[in-house]
Amino acid sequence: MTVAMVRLDSQDDIRFHRGIEPVEPISILLRELVAHLRENRTQLREEWAQRITEAKLLTAMTPEEIFAEATSVYDNYVEALETGTFEALQAYARNLSERIIPRGVETHEVVGIVLLLRDVLARSLFAKYQADFTKLNRILDAYEPAANRIANTVAVGFVQERERIIREQQEAIRELSTPVLQVRERLLILPIIGVIDPQRARQLTEQLLRGIRTNRAKVVVIDITGVAAMDATVANHLVQTVEASRLLGASVIVTGLSPEIAQTIVNIGVDLGKMNTVGDLQGGIEQAERLLGYKVVPMAEAS
Amino acid sequence: MEVPILKQGEVLIATVQAALADADLLQFRRALLQQVVRCRSMGVIVDVTSMDVLDSFASRTLREIAQMIRLRGAEMVIVGIQPEVAFAMVQMGVTLEHVATALDLEEGLARLNQRFEHAS
Repeated sequence: MTVAMVRLDSQDDIRFHRGIEPVEPISILLRELVAHLRENRTQLREEWAQRITEAKLLTAMTPEEIFAEATSVYDNYVEALETGTFEALQAYARNLSERIIPRGVETHEVVGIVLLLRDVLARSLFAKYQADFTKLNRILDAYEPAANRIANTVAVGFVQERERIIREQQEAIRELSTPVLQVRERLLILPIIGVIDPQRARQLTEQLLRGIRTNRAKVVVIDITGVAAMDATVANHLVQTVEASRLLGASVIVTGLSPEIAQTIVNIGVDLGKMNTVGDLQGGIEQAERLLGYKVVPMAEAS
Repeated sequence: MEVPILKQGEVLIATVQAALADADLLQFRRALLQQVVRCRSMGVIVDVTSMDVLDSFASRTLREIAQMIRLRGAEMVIVGIQPEVAFAMVQMGVTLEHVATALDLEEGLARLNQRFEHAS
């Protein structure tokens, strides 16, 4: 028996010698697919825009805006398919999110339109290759992983952008909610309203200390009329704030303590000699003025 | 590292640099007391603007200096504690109890002058 020795150059050759048809590599299929998507760009984009309207997505945007964004998304989508790299798409997704989130576009809408585009393009591939089932399968082998990765990239990019915006807004709210106000030379008022958690308490202290240095304050009135309750941790923070202010040469008057908070402070055993408190804000300001050597008198009546 | 001590009338002004080792702090305490006696000062300002940390040893030493100076009939004011340092100190429970503090040199001098005026 003789054995035929055949030199095999490639996988394609093996299959050929075994009598199986040669198979194109994925890269060639992708190129074919991308070419098809580019040729039919206008028609496919139109179909997609229609689907978006039918699904009642992106209602916050005008038709012109939807068209402009649809064009960008389509082109970026096809380019990601072509290059197989997703950095550009990620950057585009974040950029797009930054623009549409303030318009009130929601996550489900963004995910929705990307999936609709995926469907529209897939259908167009079914239509083109319907005669050749094997070829259609190969094309989908190339298309599906890439399309899924694209949908993923865009959705994740959108969500990350949303989270970033929320963090920024939280920070802004926190800063706004603890204003340090100068009402006289060397006199600062810190009106606190709402709930103080340890993080806000810390931020408050830092802002106050910086304010004391910047305004060269000698007296600070911290008004907590607007604070309903305080746990022992936060009460301790308040005491620390008073001590830290003293280290910067400023004395602190705390006003507006509710009965509950007064109870908490007594319970944690604060040396009340260290805390100067007055019932209400008016009383606190009057005492502060006295400490600073001011006297407020009514102007003489014009006779 | 020696802490420079300057004389301005009846007031001594000592400016502490960034990081003082424990031994340097004790040397400072000795030198400052000597100067208070020699110059018959009525007041001392310790400027800690450059200190980025004030630990418990530094705080205790400063308290002791203040007490010793008070025994000589003078008053001490610590000035220039930075916001971050003040914050760290209160969190660690390091206090400067019974030691006068002021925002900066100007404020410290104003405070000492007030005392002198009341005394005279």
